[in-house]
Amino acid sequence: MSASAATAVAGRARRVLPGFGLSTGLTVAWLSAVVLVPLSTLALRASTLSWAQAWAVVASPRALASYRLSFGASLAGAAVNVVFGVLVAWVLARYRFPGRSLVDAVVDLPFALPTAVSGIALTAVYARNGWLGAVLEPLGVKATFSPLGVTLALTFIGLPFVIRTVQPVLEDLDPELEEAAATLGAGRWATFRRVILPALVPAAVTGFALAFARGLGEYGSVVFISGNMPLRTEIAPLLIMTRLEQYDYAGAAAIACVLLAASFALLLGINRLQAWTRARTGKE
Amino acid sequence: MSIQITGLSKSFDANPVLRDVNLEIPEGELVALLGPSGCGKTTLLRILAGLESPDAGEVRHAGEDVGARSARERNVGLVFQHYALFRHMTVAENVGFALRVRKRPRAEVTARVDELLALVQLDGLRERYPHQLSGGQRQRVALARALATAPRILLLDEPFGALDARVRQELRRWLRRLHDELHVTSVFVTHDQEEAFEVSDRVVLMNAGRVEQVGTPAQVFEEPASPFVMRFLGAVNVFQGRVDGNRTWVNDLEFAAPGTSGGAGAVRKSAHVYVRPHELEVHRAAVPGSFEARVVRLVPLGAAVRVELSAPGFGKAVEVELDVRKGEALGLQPGEAVHLSPRRARVFAAPDGEADSLTASAL
Repeated sequence: MSASAATAVAGRARRVLPGFGLSTGLTVAWLSAVVLVPLSTLALRASTLSWAQAWAVVASPRALASYRLSFGASLAGAAVNVVFGVLVAWVLARYRFPGRSLVDAVVDLPFALPTAVSGIALTAVYARNGWLGAVLEPLGVKATFSPLGVTLALTFIGLPFVIRTVQPVLEDLDPELEEAAATLGAGRWATFRRVILPALVPAAVTGFALAFARGLGEYGSVVFISGNMPLRTEIAPLLIMTRLEQYDYAGAAAIACVLLAASFALLLGINRLQAWTRARTGKE
Repeated sequence: MSIQITGLSKSFDANPVLRDVNLEIPEGELVALLGPSGCGKTTLLRILAGLESPDAGEVRHAGEDVGARSARERNVGLVFQHYALFRHMTVAENVGFALRVRKRPRAEVTARVDELLALVQLDGLRERYPHQLSGGQRQRVALARALATAPRILLLDEPFGALDARVRQELRRWLRRLHDELHVTSVFVTHDQEEAFEVSDRVVLMNAGRVEQVGTPAQVFEEPASPFVMRFLGAVNVFQGRVDGNRTWVNDLEFAAPGTSGGAGAVRKSAHVYVRPHELEVHRAAVPGSFEARVVRLVPLGAAVRVELSAPGFGKAVEVELDVRKGEALGLQPGEAVHLSPRRARVFAAPDGEADSLTASAL
């Protein structure tokens, strides 16, 4: 058997486990069935519109405002999550304290909760008569029915991503690196900034990308807190919903295509950034 | 800078790793801390670096107590077994790290980095990242990085432990030459006797948290202060002896009585006689002071031959190491009976306990 296997792969780089053809075929078939085919019907739907019609839909002021809000709030939420996610990951990875496992479990709640439930809960807390809203409103900060509310919801939804990508990296970080930095004369801040932080960048970028992508597609938790005012607090996924409810499938598909293209471009860019940081630090 | 260590003790979770260690390291010497794993040598090094704090005792650098100074304030160069290079920095950035955190001007950093990379012979690799280097090159980068601020003390924790045998050989010689050039007081930890002997001026033998002996490689090998040192530094035959007055008897072979190292004034009944394999003579016929043994196996070792023999009353197995030419002249065959006479023997009183703890700790 081993002899026949050896001749089968002769000429190619030998692997201990065969099956490149089979596994690649399955991968492509599966990706097509689950991702590519549904997405291509989107493009087909949109193509029933003429260029002029499509342009009128995707470049309408209402659509443009929704893109701005969706991308802006997702980026802002992901950015906030990078800062606080690294902080929470640091605390979870470095310290042992009573209630640590509880905190660890709470981090995953935004994953587990139905998004509509999170949306209602957030709205209740930040509304004028809610706990936080009652404090913020007199200060002139309007957290519900505003772009700020959308950002809050997307921050909440994206919370676990950065923490869960950065935490294992921090836990695996060799304590000798910090000791080396200390013997070389680096203080605590210099050690953190020059030694630890750069080691976390690839993981933080991954977490950022995941949180951002999740925020872009998020619908359930946003619609309650945003108030859905056209041109002001209407997110792009909601605009698509609205079109669908008006039986304007082609228009919905056109907007969806714009979202799709933009997020694909952004994620591709982030992937390249990751590849670049990986190449620099090298994987051993 | 000289180092004085007095009364140093350290425990981890009530587990003593250093017990009352006293040691003096003169300025400019290269000293090896040698011992089996778990003997406390790495902990001692980490205390010198300021990465651990002792439970008792003090460390002085050139007479000044440094106990209150943190690792970052000691200006001690430290080299780790697994290099601990910063992976996101180039070779030049790694080497210049200590200068950059001290906010030295850029031109000075560049000049010093060039100088250090020339010293460790890595001039062409400035812009490489650590993962693009071989193990030996990485360790040289780590050494250059540790030397950047011209520390007065250099500490190395098993610096060649992660490298393969050939590279290790090369780097040992290279480290010795580098030390002869720089004359920085250096302490390096190893569990490899050959490495310690080849590189260091003096060897500090440690066992179970204590210093067993300090001396030049020749001293510790020729005049071991304790059974532990005798056993740790290479193979040795151990014979059970009986003490009678000021003589020790192994069967009908006569040796001197145990030295004072076995405990002053104690009257002991039994002693151990240690004979190194190369200190046993092989004879075809019986000579005065010899005993009979039967050849079991011959193992060629290149320039020498190891002869394994059995000798009733002299332990289960006796080892003799012969010069190849001498071995050929004797023409030994397995199964033959020969006579062995010790040229030199060291006698230590047998330990009090019934179990011989040294056997377990010696490698």
